[in-house]
Amino acid sequence: MSENFFQLFGLPVAFEVDGEALALRYRDLQRAAHPDRFVGASDRERLLSVQQASLINEAYRTLKDPLERARYLLQLNGIEIADTDTAMEPAFLMEQMELREALDEVRAAADPFAALNAVRDRAEQLERGLMADLADLFGGTPEALQSAPERVRKLQFMRKLLEEVDGREEDLVHGT
Amino acid sequence: MAYSEKVIEHYENPRNVGSMDKEAPDVGTGMVGAPACGDVMRLQIKVGSDGVIEDAKFKTYGCGSAIASSSLVTEWMKGKTLDQALEIKNSAIAEELALPPVKIHCSVLAEDAIKAAITDYKSKQGKA
Repeated sequence: MSENFFQLFGLPVAFEVDGEALALRYRDLQRAAHPDRFVGASDRERLLSVQQASLINEAYRTLKDPLERARYLLQLNGIEIADTDTAMEPAFLMEQMELREALDEVRAAADPFAALNAVRDRAEQLERGLMADLADLFGGTPEALQSAPERVRKLQFMRKLLEEVDGREEDLVHGT
Repeated sequence: MAYSEKVIEHYENPRNVGSMDKEAPDVGTGMVGAPACGDVMRLQIKVGSDGVIEDAKFKTYGCGSAIASSSLVTEWMKGKTLDQALEIKNSAIAEELALPPVKIHCSVLAEDAIKAAITDYKSKQGKA
């Protein structure tokens, strides 16, 4: 399989992806590879269709999610992200800590939902900034690309934070 | 995932949670983050004039293993000299807490936090 996920979906290799084109192409590919179409086919053909369907699903999941997409683009460019690299800008970590502390204090706030939304707004603002950076970096020079892993790592932090914001919102709504 | 008893014990009764004045000259602050899971850890040490760590505090936002790792190292660091504290290795933390391979990075985070806190303290002393 020499085709990469972008080629499989007929999309340009870039960080920014046309979500509508992606979804439409996914539907077409899925239909073409559906096991029901291979009922009377040979074992080998059926096996291939199952493999193709699972590849299409994996490609779709990867391309749909900005974080997975960024990791995949790094991989295509031969850049490894080391999970054990814990050194990050102190200012970034400081803000992460503050945002998580703010999230902890939401419950005690006079208006918990407003306090929660303030954290969410800031996290989403940071996330948008990182995604805009990544769109530039992945479209730029090989030197620019070297700054991409750091942004991807930060994006991972924002993902985690936003998951926690969602979890906290659930708790507030259900009064637990 | 199943946590070991020691992880659960530290998670339920974390030692030395809190913060110190990060501007104080005898306090070193280490901030580290685990990109794999988005965990953030702050480790602070208060160092006496004899170079011995008098107190250690942490605040960790992350999974049980990350919290347990930081809780454990605050206990281990107290009473040690800076050089002795630098000898605390992530493998020892992982062994003590019986961390599974996928959680080894939590112990790496704790070791890096120790180094970062000591580096911060030393840089403050260098300036003074």
